[in-house]
Amino acid sequence: MSSMPGGRARTTDEDLELTPDPSLPPTAVDETVREAEEGRWTPAKIAIWAAIALLGGVAWFMLAIIRGETVNAIWFVFASVCTYLIGYRFYSKVIERYITRPNDRRATPAEYKADGKDYVRTDRNVLFGHHFAAIAGAGPLVGPVIAAQMGYLPGTIWIIIGVVLAGAVQDYLVLFFSMRRGGRSLGQMAREELGVIGGTAALVATLLIMVIIVAILALVVVNALGESPWGVFSVGMTIPIALFMGVYLRFIRPGKVLEVSLIGFVLLMAAIIGGGLVAQTEWGAAFFHLDKVTIAWGLIIYGFVAAILPVWLLLAPRDYLSTFMKIGVIVMLALAIIVVRPEITVPAFSEFAGRENGPVFPGALFPFLFVTIACGALSGFHALISSGTTPKLIEKERQTRLIGYGGMLMESFVAIMALVAAISIDRGLYFAMNSPAALTGGTVETAATWVNSLGLAGVNITPDLLAETARNVGEESIVSRTGGAPTLAVGLAHIMQQFIGGTAMMAFWYHFAIMFEALFILTAVDAGTRVARFMLQDSIGNFIPKFKEHSWRPGAWLCTAVMVVAWGAVLLMGVTDPLGGINTLFPLFGIANQLLAAIALSVCLAIAAKRGSFRYLWIVALPLAFAAVVTITASFQKIFSPVPAVGYFANNAAFSKALADGKTEFGTAKTVAAMEAVVRNTMIQGWLSVIFVVLSIIVIITGVLATVKAFRNEAAGVGHDDHEDPAVASRGYAPAGLIPTAAERELMAEWNKLPADLRLEKSGHH
Amino acid sequence: MNAVVAGFRGFARYLGGVMGADAYTKYLEHHAASGHAEPPMSEREFWRDRTDRQDANPEGRCC
Repeated sequence: MSSMPGGRARTTDEDLELTPDPSLPPTAVDETVREAEEGRWTPAKIAIWAAIALLGGVAWFMLAIIRGETVNAIWFVFASVCTYLIGYRFYSKVIERYITRPNDRRATPAEYKADGKDYVRTDRNVLFGHHFAAIAGAGPLVGPVIAAQMGYLPGTIWIIIGVVLAGAVQDYLVLFFSMRRGGRSLGQMAREELGVIGGTAALVATLLIMVIIVAILALVVVNALGESPWGVFSVGMTIPIALFMGVYLRFIRPGKVLEVSLIGFVLLMAAIIGGGLVAQTEWGAAFFHLDKVTIAWGLIIYGFVAAILPVWLLLAPRDYLSTFMKIGVIVMLALAIIVVRPEITVPAFSEFAGRENGPVFPGALFPFLFVTIACGALSGFHALISSGTTPKLIEKERQTRLIGYGGMLMESFVAIMALVAAISIDRGLYFAMNSPAALTGGTVETAATWVNSLGLAGVNITPDLLAETARNVGEESIVSRTGGAPTLAVGLAHIMQQFIGGTAMMAFWYHFAIMFEALFILTAVDAGTRVARFMLQDSIGNFIPKFKEHSWRPGAWLCTAVMVVAWGAVLLMGVTDPLGGINTLFPLFGIANQLLAAIALSVCLAIAAKRGSFRYLWIVALPLAFAAVVTITASFQKIFSPVPAVGYFANNAAFSKALADGKTEFGTAKTVAAMEAVVRNTMIQGWLSVIFVVLSIIVIITGVLATVKAFRNEAAGVGHDDHEDPAVASRGYAPAGLIPTAAERELMAEWNKLPADLRLEKSGHH
Repeated sequence: MNAVVAGFRGFARYLGGVMGADAYTKYLEHHAASGHAEPPMSEREFWRDRTDRQDANPEGRCC
């Protein structure tokens, strides 16, 4: 460890005893040269940044200040991209300079632990794509859609500002600190930095959070596929397609990943087109028309089987397919928005922004908007990815800024595009699709009447429009298609048909969107169940050592079953919930995700304090404080609010009282059984909130205590262990950013002149 | 025309890199560089070993 005899743990250049190999060129750009290069503001550079700032300013002005009838979607693109560029160029540099202080003379785990398998130096731009594909999934596509209930501006501001000051900061710091620790996981770092109590609380919280996240993602899929023969067929076909790809890669042509992905992609398109044909036939419509409860059970059984099957058969091939689709879809969506530039008629702040009884999700703007949009602004789940695979692949320390901070900015951009797609559809249609059936009544007539009765400005929807939209996208009905995915699919179909294919292609685009969302989610469900199972096995293994043997089948199956039952129960609860499911459970998803972010940031705070970055600790403390305030407030409201729509226990009390009074229907629950279900569900949801908030408060307190202790040690000159791997001198060089600077190019040229046998790839290692 | 082909190749290589299609090549490079005595795994063995190790070390996928 690099604790210095003087007591203070320091890892800055001046303290490092790294002896570079004299036969090699420098492994880092000289500090003074780099500083001079960064500090030199040529007129061209000034002009470019002034233009970016000006364009971003104009775009924000158009979005936030101008109150016209409509606003063009292109302003969302300019406002976000310009803000990201400024945040990346200026704010992330501040973090790099004062908190992370990367040192390119130091070898990364990919270099000093190189094994050709898990620890492999990877080109920064390739790793950027790889990391992005691992962090981005269905989350940023769902949250912003649901949050659009409040109007476009609150969500837009939170996604863009939140990512720059919170989400990207978390991802960058976790990635960097994990890299300095040889790619250790968040759980291990929590244990080291926060001690046994904090570490255990973090572990239990992570496990519970995984259960909730998997359950609610599964709920999104169930809601999108319920009563949709076309969707059920095409999403169902992904399973045989993935199995085929798995067998192909294992036995026929091992390693031909791109080839099999292309084949899989073609089969996937065929499944979407075929789904349309099958759904038109009488037998197809009858056979694939499944209600939500059946689909939920199907998904639960699938989840169990998928998690115990070998990785090569199902998970690995679907992962390839999912990555392939992810990159394609995002490029396509960005192109379509830039080319079509839809006019947005949704107001900046809707009528529901100032109320707490919105039909899509209940609760006031603060704090519930900030938990509804988690992925895309601040997502705690990323801490699990940033501390897993990616740190083992980084080539040079300085590249963490591009990959960690930059990768998260990219995800935020996906969230903005999802928001644009969702608000480009008619507002009446939005509320008809996203409000629970208990409110809309489920038919086009009742839904139109109910939406028009809300008294929303400019909303006057006809039953015909609802029926026609359903017909255009090839569905029987689109009323109360909650969960975000169907709304995004309609929005995407609406934009894409203007780009390619016209109305005739709308049904294809709709099911294309449902397909890729389901694909991302099924991969997350499968992988999440596996990861949770291993965490459970390790935890039980502390008491019954046999469980630590991952190859011991009964243990593995038992733990898988426990995890599947846990998320399956929450899923069924959501599917059968008389109050609507998504609107009661989605806040729990966001709270869970943000609490995980608070845990990750607590660990980062403690580490940053130990590294002596006290003056700039606010960079970590600011997002931590915000995440803590938002989630703890949201949890407290969910626990203590007297408003039944918001508070789980208030709702529980209201329904219990109605049952005690002998009522046979109450609110949206029309039977005694439904009322009993509400009583049961609200009790479980309420207690889950209590457990989450207690665990998170414990972790945050231990994090703050560790920080205070570091501060005291610093003042007293006492040393502390920084838990970093020992520093090893690097033997290679690669530039830090997307485009190499002049000094970086110069150094690269020097390395390229080096005889091949001296370069890292060929040099005798050890 | 050549530029288009080169651009397409570059894109395919990038996509392959992102998806991990070049893992075996990298393994061979590492194997040659570290001067092991025993011969490297064959392509088939390598991919088997890779997915089998994933069985024991699952990685999360984000939401």
